[in-house]
Amino acid sequence: MNQAFTLTSLLARGLCVDRGGRTIVKNINFDLRAGEALVALGRNGAGKSTLLRAIAGFLPLSGGQLTHTGGEVEISLPELCHYVGHADGLKSALTAAENLAFWAHMLTRSNDASSPELALQRVGLKRLAEFPVAYLSAGQKRRVALARLFMAPRPLWILDEPATALDVASQQVLAQAFAEHRAAGGMIIAATHAPLGLIDATTLDLGSTPSNLGGNA
Amino acid sequence: MRSPLSALFWRELRIARSVGGGGAMSLVFFLILVSLTPFAIGPDLNLLSRIGPAILWIAALLATLLGLDRLFQVDADDGSLDLLLTASTPLELIVVVKCVAHWIATALPLVIASPLLGLTLAMEPTSLAGISLSLLAGTPALTMLGAIGAALTAGLRRGGLLMAVLILPLTTPVLIFGVSSAAAATGGTVPFHIPMLILSGLSLASLAGAPFAAAAALRARDA
Repeated sequence: MNQAFTLTSLLARGLCVDRGGRTIVKNINFDLRAGEALVALGRNGAGKSTLLRAIAGFLPLSGGQLTHTGGEVEISLPELCHYVGHADGLKSALTAAENLAFWAHMLTRSNDASSPELALQRVGLKRLAEFPVAYLSAGQKRRVALARLFMAPRPLWILDEPATALDVASQQVLAQAFAEHRAAGGMIIAATHAPLGLIDATTLDLGSTPSNLGGNA
Repeated sequence: MRSPLSALFWRELRIARSVGGGGAMSLVFFLILVSLTPFAIGPDLNLLSRIGPAILWIAALLATLLGLDRLFQVDADDGSLDLLLTASTPLELIVVVKCVAHWIATALPLVIASPLLGLTLAMEPTSLAGISLSLLAGTPALTMLGAIGAALTAGLRRGGLLMAVLILPLTTPVLIFGVSSAAAATGGTVPFHIPMLILSGLSLASLAGAPFAAAAALRARDA
């Protein structure tokens, strides 16, 4: 995790996202530089997940612009980001190590993936590496999903309520990982209700209803 | 280090072979359908050997459709599909690799089992060889066409029936030429290679076109 990332800034201007004919996210603006973090706040249904999924490229923008600058601008934004959402993306028939090894193959461009054992050790699950994911608890599955962040170096982490089901010790591990990632020049965009230990993070208040949005830089 | 696509291929095969992966479901369904037919029709060997290729092809078509609705739905449900969208590998290639793995896990066992089951339908040896070859050439088309339907219904609960309704009209030519090539193996007015070439053409055309349609459907899944 020590190499400098090539993504230097991410600019959003007037982002709008529609789902099912309704505008869920309206007129969002933010500037994110290397090493910065953005926390999206708002009540349930305010559009946090929708905004994050649109930034990750899973949903089309119905308006506005999302531009990124950096050394490798020809790489599209989805290929530069890690997305950790509500679904863990783990196959219950495979072991934790197999799941992570697979995602390391899929998500890295070159041979710079670290081993599943090291990533699992960071989240404190090394002894469960050879267990099928079906036998893990909700919090342990979430930790395996978060271990994916350490498997393949990508500059932008998009995290949708990453601390769900995590115990206090794991939340501290996560906060430390955030600090290291930002120190290395990475960016973090998170949606959360609980404090994540992100120091000096910009907050983006999505308000209570989709019609009452205040974009905030 | 393995390439991303070979890692995906081996993962898909392992999941298909694991308990609940659905790899054996198509084969068991195929066995049940074909082995029940002689009991339903009765011990008329001439009739059985005449309709045998049609029974085997219909059973293979239904057995292939049975497992296909889960092709992308499982990945959509557990979040893997989102992560595959962030991979550097083009989604079209991911679709092809998933279909190849799915074909090997579900359709290839049908091809291998078909001559054995053809024996219970009183089919002649040349007809048995014909049905195996026609299934080998035709089932890739079924899998690739089914992938379009599976991609369109990936975000839906109980999308299996809708998928069958969407896909069955497209698979009708495959069924027609599959049965006619199996029938041509035992004689008739058409040489064996003509329906076989059309069948291979259908498979190659769907292999070339279906990944783009399926990938487009998967990208638009959430919007």
